[in-house]
Amino acid sequence: MPPTTNQTPASGPEQKSTVAPALTVRHLSVFFGGNQVLKNTSLDIAARAVTAIIGPSGCGKSTFLRAINRMHELTPEARVEGEIRLFGEDIYARGVEPVVVRRRVGMVFQKSNPFPTMSIVDNVTVGLRLNGVRQRKLLAERTEQSLRMAALWDEVKDRLHAPAISLSGGQQQRLCIARALAVQPEVLLMDEPASALDPLATAKIEDLILELKKEYTIVIVTHNMQQAARMSDYTAFFYLGELVEFGPTAKIFTSPAQKRTEDYVTGRFG
Amino acid sequence: METHFEMELDGLKQKLLLMASHAETAVNQAVQALVQRDSDLAVQVKENDRVIDQFEVEIDDLVIQLLTKAPLATNLRLVTVAMKISQNLERIGDEASKVAKRARDLSREAPVKINLDLPRMATLALNMVKAALDAFVNWDSAAARAIIPRDKEVDALNKQIHEALAKHMVANPDTIGRCLNWMVATKSLERIADHAKNVAEEVVYLCEAQDIRHSGAKGQGAPAPAPGA
Repeated sequence: MPPTTNQTPASGPEQKSTVAPALTVRHLSVFFGGNQVLKNTSLDIAARAVTAIIGPSGCGKSTFLRAINRMHELTPEARVEGEIRLFGEDIYARGVEPVVVRRRVGMVFQKSNPFPTMSIVDNVTVGLRLNGVRQRKLLAERTEQSLRMAALWDEVKDRLHAPAISLSGGQQQRLCIARALAVQPEVLLMDEPASALDPLATAKIEDLILELKKEYTIVIVTHNMQQAARMSDYTAFFYLGELVEFGPTAKIFTSPAQKRTEDYVTGRFG
Repeated sequence: METHFEMELDGLKQKLLLMASHAETAVNQAVQALVQRDSDLAVQVKENDRVIDQFEVEIDDLVIQLLTKAPLATNLRLVTVAMKISQNLERIGDEASKVAKRARDLSREAPVKINLDLPRMATLALNMVKAALDAFVNWDSAAARAIIPRDKEVDALNKQIHEALAKHMVANPDTIGRCLNWMVATKSLERIADHAKNVAEEVVYLCEAQDIRHSGAKGQGAPAPAPGA
């Protein structure tokens, strides 16, 4: 039976267990129509750390991720049971707007998706402008700040008005990260952010994530276990919609407690 | 169906076991050379040590290659433990060479008239080596843990033999050179038992993901999930 009670790593890197978690997930189940895709999942996501979500295709990883910022609601007949709290606040409470949640919990997708008709700077500031920010000075400051945080500023500072699609694949993905950061989220969700990139671009994204975790809580879905081992502090293994094991990454990848985890990380299935 | 990587891991295990059999043969032959005053056998042991050294080089190389494939969990522990076991087996080969060298030196001189329980000490040490490798093959951490306290018996026997030799040297100063050679030989057997204990500790780490080296906690631990069980 997968663990259903609250899972908080007993000890983790840099003694993070004494800090309140960024996200607490309790008995989360997700349904699409009659199909239950995620089953009774409970865990705590540590603040200012990287948590990797791994598991074979169809195990519910992306569904779990999307439930954290209510993106699953864009799918017809999607339904959630259970609770997710963001720094103590129930994101599914009556009256909480999904758009507000998504401002606090940003998301970066597998395929980079800069708005193709917009320039680099417009892509970065679109979230701010949609939220009513008009001051040029603030928009300029936030543009530079976000692009610097995304390690893209030096590469684009002289062509901010160039089309976003003129950037390389890796640059476009970093632009999408900058766009997410511009609205100053508290949590950043990443669904296989480097899977479509070459090794050099992937390395840049991974380095960026390691920098970002100093300020942000990051949850990343990845098929690449070595990437999870390189980048994450904690790892959650899902299988057939259930959370099988959750703990410090070093433990999951050197001595997992559950046989299914062992079999998955050693390539015996999945 | 076994994956390609699993076949490579099997290859590593087989190479390690082959190295172990060479190391055990070296110890057996060295002790035989010593007890039977066989200089030719002693020379053969020293020459064959090169084979054991070469195994260590090949195993290290294989481990590095396997590490580039980023093994995880039990596979990672197996690969890193294999490297450490090969280092211990190489040292066992070196100790056998030392015994062989003393055997050669002693064979050129008159035998010392003293009753030493060296064959028993050699048997105890070799049985520890065999048991440690069996525990590795069988993924048996309980068997590995059981080997560790046996080192004390070898240490005690070494101490006993050294005391007997020391007494003999005092009473017969003309035998000092030969007795010192015997002391070095028994010290090497004591070191072989130490290396067998090291191998056993590595097997515990492999099975249980628990590092029991340098600690007093050698009692039972819960094994980590075994691969493919």
